[in-house]
Amino acid sequence: MTELGTLDIRHINKRFQVAGDAFAAIDDLSLTVEPGEFLSLLGPSGCGKSTLLRLISGLDSDYGGEILLGSKRISGTSLARGLIFQEHRLFPWLTVEENIALALENSQLSVEEKRASIAGHISLVGLNGFEKAFPRQLSGGMAQRAAIARGLVNRPALLLLDEPFGALDALTRAHMQEELQHIWQAEGITMVLVTHDVDEALYLGDRVVVMAPRPGRIRKTVDVDLPRPRDRTDVAFSRLKAEVLLSLGETG
Amino acid sequence: MSRLEKILGSGLVFPLLLLIAWDLSIRHGLLDTRIWASPEAVVATAREQFRDGSLLTALGASLRRDVLGLLGGGFVGLVLGAGLGTIRLLDDLLSPLLNGLKHIALFTWIPLMSIWLGNDEPAKIAFIGLAVFLPVMLNTYQGVRSVDARYLEVARILKLTRLQTLRRVILPSAAPSIATGLRLALIYAWLATIGAEYLFAVAPGIGSAIMEGREQFRMELVLLGMGVIGGVGFLFNTIANRMQAYVLRWQDTN
Ligand SMILES: Nc1ncnc2c1ncn2[C@@H]1O[C@H](COP(=O)(O)OP(=O)(O)OP(=O)(O)O)[C@@H](O)[C@H]1O
Ligand SMILES: [Mg+2]
Repeated sequence: MTELGTLDIRHINKRFQVAGDAFAAIDDLSLTVEPGEFLSLLGPSGCGKSTLLRLISGLDSDYGGEILLGSKRISGTSLARGLIFQEHRLFPWLTVEENIALALENSQLSVEEKRASIAGHISLVGLNGFEKAFPRQLSGGMAQRAAIARGLVNRPALLLLDEPFGALDALTRAHMQEELQHIWQAEGITMVLVTHDVDEALYLGDRVVVMAPRPGRIRKTVDVDLPRPRDRTDVAFSRLKAEVLLSLGETG
Repeated sequence: MSRLEKILGSGLVFPLLLLIAWDLSIRHGLLDTRIWASPEAVVATAREQFRDGSLLTALGASLRRDVLGLLGGGFVGLVLGAGLGTIRLLDDLLSPLLNGLKHIALFTWIPLMSIWLGNDEPAKIAFIGLAVFLPVMLNTYQGVRSVDARYLEVARILKLTRLQTLRRVILPSAAPSIATGLRLALIYAWLATIGAEYLFAVAPGIGSAIMEGREQFRMELVLLGMGVIGGVGFLFNTIANRMQAYVLRWQDTN
């Protein structure tokens, strides 16, 4: 894994043309994320979270302001910057295994290493026995887990996750959170996680950024200075949760 | 389903009834035997033609034309369709012309083909190739153009090269549409094969056998030829069904 340096988002603006009018999806947003940091992104639907991740990933370069990574302006996509989409976006014509393997198509690993890594990630997300299944044969949560495996398998230095656990049941969700935290701790990957779940944001994040809609901007940043693994029933945790919920509920 | 319903629903009952009606009409002199052959005569001709090898020679010659035309026209159609669908400049340059071509009925090309290529195998195969080319090209183009932009974004995130994106994303996504083109091509090719044998120089072939039967007033030969043509078409279709179901097994409905 290559060290990428600090992610530095400076005064970015993103507008969409909606019915002939310019609509500000993101307005003058600035944010820095340190290497190896885990950042949680919370905010009401439509506040620009997915849009922000798309800009960081390099899929969309039509915006104002600049996004720097290790003081170099990002341009285009890169294997060092992974993105797990809000919808699973598995290729329907490839099996689970082939979908994950496609992420390693251009990696330097040997055939044997690739095979081991694919198998490892399939069991990491609990899809053993479904290697040869096509996406149409998976449940929504299973497809989402396959997509998580695809996003993790080539170990990007920066991983952007757009509500990756949204379709999972509480138990699987808790398990996946543990695994993600484990990988993050072991590999020093910088992670930006979009979620609607305040508990999840606080459980995983070094910081929680709360966004506000229309136009999309940052309302509040909350530092989570709690030792890991965190205890969701802890008093300090509850206090932070109340603080985040309060800022989410604010209007204007 | 009851046993009776199963038998009735098998699609064999009506043809069988027709066959019996045909046979009875001949036996009772209801049909003029100068323009109607009996089922027995057709079977006897089939046996004779099979034994002396002429049936297989004719069928072999026709199938060879059909397959060569399919391969040639299919290849050009696929490459051009994929090229037009992915390369903007090529699309702007060629699509208007190619879209105009489809309005020229296939058989209109025959005089041109014979002036350019003569009246023998090359002209026949080129004619069949032309029949195949258009449906393959148009459907490939359509399929390639309508690939979901969200999948192309995944390809960009995974840093696939242009060629990898074509091979792993664009073509598979276009596969249902390409299959439709190939299915049409299969039908058109067989049609064009028989047409070519009627309209270009005489040479062994199943269409030529029918023409021969007509000239010699041998109705049983004409009917045999028609039966073989139908049988081959049916077989092609069955094989294509199987292949399509396998290749597109990832689809929701197949
Ligand atoms: N391609 C687009 N064209 C026009 N408007 C868009 C486009 N993509 C996003 N938007 C608008 O930008 C705003 C932010 O969208 P975005 O998808 O980033 O929201 P989000 O925070 O991810 O919401 P959710 O939590 O529901 O996923 C929305 O108002 C949306 O309508
Ligand atoms: Mg979103």
